[in-house]
Amino acid sequence: MSVTLKVNGGTHTVDVDASTPLLYVLRNDIGAVGPHFGCGLGQCGACTVIINGAAVRSCVTPCSAVKGEITTLEGLAKNGALHPVQKAWIEEQVPQCGFCQNGQILNAKVLLDRHPNPTDAEIREGMNSTLCRCMTYFRVQTAIKRAAVLLRAAGPESEKGGAA
Amino acid sequence: MSPKLSRRMFLAESGMLVVSVGALSASNPFAAVANAQTPGQYPDPDFRELDSWIVIHQDNTATFHVGKTDCGQGTGTAFRQMMSDELDIAYDKTTCIMGSTDNTVDQGGSGGSDAIQTDGWPMRRVAAEARRVLLEMAAAQFAVPVSALAVRDAVITVKADSSKRVTYGELIGGKRFHVALTGRNVDATTGVASVKAVQDLRFVGQPLPRYDIPAKVDGSQKWAVDVKLPGMVHARNVKPPQAGATLVSIDESSVRSLPGFVKVVSKGNYVAVVCEREEQAVAAARRLKVDWQKPATAPFPASDDLFTFMRAATPTSAQAPVVQGNLDAALAGAVKVVEAEYDVPFQGHTAFAPAHALADPSNGQMTIYSNDMKSYGMRNGVAEFLGMPREQVRVVWTEGPQGYGRTAADDAGFEAAYLAKEIGRPVRVQWMRNEETGWDTKGPAFAFKLRGGLDAKGNLVALDYSARAADYNHVGYNEADTVLIAQLMGVRKARPAAGSAGTPTELYEIPNRRLTSDVVSLPLAFETPLRTGNLRDPNGPQIAFASESFIDELAAAANADPVEFRLRLLTAGTTEDSGFKRARSIAVIKAAAEAYGWSPRTSPKPRDTGTILTGRGMAYAIRSQTVVAEIAEVEVNRQTGHVWVKRLVCAHDCGLVINPLGTRRSIEGGMLHSLSRALHEEVTFDTEKTTGVDWITHPSLRHADVPARIDVVLVNGDPKPDRPDLPHYGAGETICKPLIAAVANAIYDATGVRLRRVPFRDARVLAALKAARV
Repeated sequence: MSVTLKVNGGTHTVDVDASTPLLYVLRNDIGAVGPHFGCGLGQCGACTVIINGAAVRSCVTPCSAVKGEITTLEGLAKNGALHPVQKAWIEEQVPQCGFCQNGQILNAKVLLDRHPNPTDAEIREGMNSTLCRCMTYFRVQTAIKRAAVLLRAAGPESEKGGAA
Repeated sequence: MSPKLSRRMFLAESGMLVVSVGALSASNPFAAVANAQTPGQYPDPDFRELDSWIVIHQDNTATFHVGKTDCGQGTGTAFRQMMSDELDIAYDKTTCIMGSTDNTVDQGGSGGSDAIQTDGWPMRRVAAEARRVLLEMAAAQFAVPVSALAVRDAVITVKADSSKRVTYGELIGGKRFHVALTGRNVDATTGVASVKAVQDLRFVGQPLPRYDIPAKVDGSQKWAVDVKLPGMVHARNVKPPQAGATLVSIDESSVRSLPGFVKVVSKGNYVAVVCEREEQAVAAARRLKVDWQKPATAPFPASDDLFTFMRAATPTSAQAPVVQGNLDAALAGAVKVVEAEYDVPFQGHTAFAPAHALADPSNGQMTIYSNDMKSYGMRNGVAEFLGMPREQVRVVWTEGPQGYGRTAADDAGFEAAYLAKEIGRPVRVQWMRNEETGWDTKGPAFAFKLRGGLDAKGNLVALDYSARAADYNHVGYNEADTVLIAQLMGVRKARPAAGSAGTPTELYEIPNRRLTSDVVSLPLAFETPLRTGNLRDPNGPQIAFASESFIDELAAAANADPVEFRLRLLTAGTTEDSGFKRARSIAVIKAAAEAYGWSPRTSPKPRDTGTILTGRGMAYAIRSQTVVAEIAEVEVNRQTGHVWVKRLVCAHDCGLVINPLGTRRSIEGGMLHSLSRALHEEVTFDTEKTTGVDWITHPSLRHADVPARIDVVLVNGDPKPDRPDLPHYGAGETICKPLIAAVANAIYDATGVRLRRVPFRDARVLAALKAARV
């Protein structure tokens, strides 16, 4: 069937089976390769995208079920400027191999949208189902706190960050 | 320009193009690389040619070509720091190309934590040689001796007349050095020039940020999973449902009418389905009807019975015992004898992304796009497996999920190449989560028995260590006769690898010792999901768990503080050892204790009265030349058995630190990976198959487990810490060794209960606490 998706400000129509996971359509048809395949089960967060302000696991989301605008990691920067979460990630040198960081960054972004000044407990709980096998968790948590500071310093406009 | 170099330089440039292409570009960022597979042979860049290592460009920048891969430790940044220093060029005017077989010399890819310790030396020497050659060129140009020249940031000036200046780019930009190097092998590669004294290094020692991180944060990084080729198809494996099952028949009609179906490929017990689109391959592999015959006998005992089986088994091989003094007499004369058994289950790599590779068979050649950490080995292995001349095969190394040894990335590369040859189109293989967790190579399970004897003063006078590993037919890297697809096709290595168990590396002075180790086999040695392969300091975490837990047990029996007890065993030594490892061991243990704020007392501490019991534990280990001491502070919930490691301290001596930021980050990740192995990881199986197949049934560390505080102390315990030739040792894998023991020791300190079986999951801890009436 024909499926139309809005991704990072663009509109794409693809002819695929309605049940095709959004992840494969993004990666193989649209060329948005920020989201990664990690488990195909919605357990690890590698495939996270943002839809209507929520972190969505695209590996278990049928592409035909998506109605809102999709933001992937590539769409987080605006007008060439990195999102404060991304800036904090570089300043803290968070990634090790980096393969899971799409999930860490986008889930952190959504967490900060909901908790602009998160407590340690909110960070641990909010990020707990986003996995990393290099075990960068400690500095992910540090970077989230740094990003919260950067977001507050940048003011409400930046806080909205990205298209999501 | 020789055809060989022009090809290499073209590929190097096309490789750099990849980085600059926008992520959402409709154009194919890998097209340049892919199209480079034109007819012709893939050469081996010659390590005895300077031009194989360093290219100076006309804009006075340099590209370093190194035969290494980076699995996320930031080694590329470290290589650039070392080579920039020796070449005398600003770090930010350099780039580094790594790991592809046709445009870098074969330095073996990654492995053994030797990137800095071993491979860094030829890199330093060739960069120093390039600097020497450039200075001679400038000397000839200005008709002055080299001693009259100064060089900084790739600009050479005549000291007496600074108007006389020339850049590296002006001297040789875009041209070849044509300088021969010497060396019996790549590790020994050298020119005439000497490397600089440590004190003269500008970039080495600086906490420079990793150059590869921005692209991994903004989404522009191109990974091995992102490579797309015209006409490529997607494959999924169908693995035997029971270990050792035999393929009886395949009903291809079950999938033939599915959309996008291309082919079922099978040989022996290897089965794959190929479809035009990825989701079609996933669906077809699930739908394909295959009849399998269960093996006549169980392939292995259930994981709950593993250690009983191992202890009763007849060894397939034994390592020569290490004997010192008279153990039996010393034990007989000891005032106190302590005995303990320890068990460590199989633990997997379980890479964050399941194994994958893309292979292109065009023009009768084979290019494999892979994140495998040993790309050079994959090239050779695939050539042998497919019966192709190795000159027709190349591996383009592209980044991927972390690699901590012999992962299934090896297997996927061979599968993609085999299928590509069968289909005649580029084939992408992607394992699913259950395959990765279930069938990836495992770190061997261990069963230990230790006995120790104390004299009247509490001195350790006798130690009897015996280790047994389930490690028969340990698979090597990229071997054509042990990769999974070969085994499933019926290939059997004539002499399966014996495997190994191993002995502790600590330098305790114990007058009477016997260290024995042997290997046993599970009933099924081939085509098994319990195949063993190197996992991040192979065997080290298991051995250190047993040996360093036991040292703590002995310290408790001797009524000694665990730190003081270790220092006593180290300072008793009088023989000197290579690289001052004993002195450095003492230094790191003291540094860790100081950073933690360790106050001497015996373990366990007087038990707290509340629900949460707290304690501290330490352990230390050596790998190669790097020495590490780690301290864990735990909270144990008496009612749930839950263990939270609240704080970690690591004191770490790897000699000269190239990049302290990268080293600290690697230490943090390595400790938490071992924490995951301590608290969560175990390969579970019934008598037919592995039963841990995803992140629920095979748990891993999560955000909620993370310590509140991590302290890393970089120690330089060399007796002459300022010596100009201070070596740089491999920093990585040693980190992983002592942590499980440190956690076990901390749990004992908190509760008085000794956990001798990994992992320390809530239920196991709670059962132990209840058994001890805590």
